[in-house]
Amino acid sequence: MLKILKYSFIDLIRSHWSYVYFLFYLILGFVLLFINNDLSKAIITLMNIIIVLTPLIGTLLGVMYYYHSREFTELLLAQPLKRSTIFFGQYLGLSISLTFSLVVGLGIPFLAYGLIQSTVIFNFISLLLIGSLLSFIFTALALNIAIANDDRIKGFGYSILLWLFMAVIYDGLFLVSLVSFSDYPLEKFALGVTVFNPIDLSRIYIVLKLDIAALLGYTGAVFNSFFGTSYGKILSFLLLVLWVIIPSIRIITSSNKKDF
Amino acid sequence: MIDIKDLQKRFGKLKALDSINVSIQNDGIFAVLGPNGSGKTTLIKCILGMVIPDAGSIRINDQEILGQWAYREKISYMPQIANFPPNLKVFELIRMIKSFRTGITNVDELIALFQLEASLEKKISHLSGGTKQKVNILLTFMIDAPLIILDEPTTGLDPVALMKLKQLILDEKKRGKIILITSHSMAFVNAISDDIVFLLEGKIYFRGSITELKEKTKQPDLEQAIVKLLTSPHA
Repeated sequence: MLKILKYSFIDLIRSHWSYVYFLFYLILGFVLLFINNDLSKAIITLMNIIIVLTPLIGTLLGVMYYYHSREFTELLLAQPLKRSTIFFGQYLGLSISLTFSLVVGLGIPFLAYGLIQSTVIFNFISLLLIGSLLSFIFTALALNIAIANDDRIKGFGYSILLWLFMAVIYDGLFLVSLVSFSDYPLEKFALGVTVFNPIDLSRIYIVLKLDIAALLGYTGAVFNSFFGTSYGKILSFLLLVLWVIIPSIRIITSSNKKDF
Repeated sequence: MIDIKDLQKRFGKLKALDSINVSIQNDGIFAVLGPNGSGKTTLIKCILGMVIPDAGSIRINDQEILGQWAYREKISYMPQIANFPPNLKVFELIRMIKSFRTGITNVDELIALFQLEASLEKKISHLSGGTKQKVNILLTFMIDAPLIILDEPTTGLDPVALMKLKQLILDEKKRGKIILITSHSMAFVNAISDDIVFLLEGKIYFRGSITELKEKTKQPDLEQAIVKLLTSPHA
């Protein structure tokens, strides 16, 4: 598996996509620090960007890579390798290369700005951690969609829809249901619903971590009052890890049954 | 050495393989022929474990292969489309495939044979179609496996490279290997294959030597014999 990981990582890290993605974060980091002139303010702005952007790029690159490397995957399938080795290796190669662009791209400007001496270093690390988790989660979801759909157009369509749903529509639906059922106690419903959206979970985790009550929102506030700050942080983090594990296991089980 | 019994595969309504029974015991070059959609690729992919059959068994060297993966050590496969990771360099690709296998031989001879020395340091995305196909051949023939499967190996090759490929295949045969080939080029099949397995609508329609096929269809050459097979009333 490490061999597949290594070579798919090398292939991806040399692609134009990786350069563009890396440069985007590099420039974004410098621009935000230049405008805000303050590390912790820049981190808050970054949070809003990372939470939406890492899932989008993870989803797009996940499906694109799968369809693009189909013939090569077939060649790998003809080698004495287990299917789980091939697909898990490719999955890790993809997610790690995305995480690499994110961490290095943002790391350079923040380090240059004196992150090490600052008190917000742990907030920054949490932010990168969440961005990485989101990359892993959405790459896994995208690969699941791509494996299930041989038709590229469908695969792209479903994965864009998935992103749109998680990043935009989910909150809207949630708000509408809160308003329509405002006469009922909705705390448990709100909690339950949050668990099913990794983007919401990430937002809650970071806001709890950064301790900015104003940005908590309804779900965050419920989460906070229900579990308390520290327990809430741990729980939301564990749920995010679960969001990585379940789709990655599904990559293996569904690829084992597939005809290539 | 290869023993396929009652192999069946459906894709939705389409019966891709309909109770295939083939046995290949001796070494030699076997051409798997048939019109588009006759089940050639599905059959080969079943042997390679890429397509999971609905029923039946495939045994290689008396070992059931369904659900297994280690047996692929005995197979060297050349895919039809040479679409490798675009940002890897040729030598990295060779090194990667080497790392999956034991029994790697004569890499340097093959590089020299196809004059790939200058391409080794190039990214795959910078290679021409013909060069990619030569790399594809190199990756297949550098592996010393008793069973070689070639899917449309002649695509995109210039006459010189084609001649070298023929020679390579014949050399492997002399070493006592089984070579399965699918090809649309009748001239190529005619020139090298010992036996033909002709598939039609997921069934084996003919199995035997080229001479036997010509006698059966009463045609002077292979191409006309195949046309006769396809257009005869039982087809």
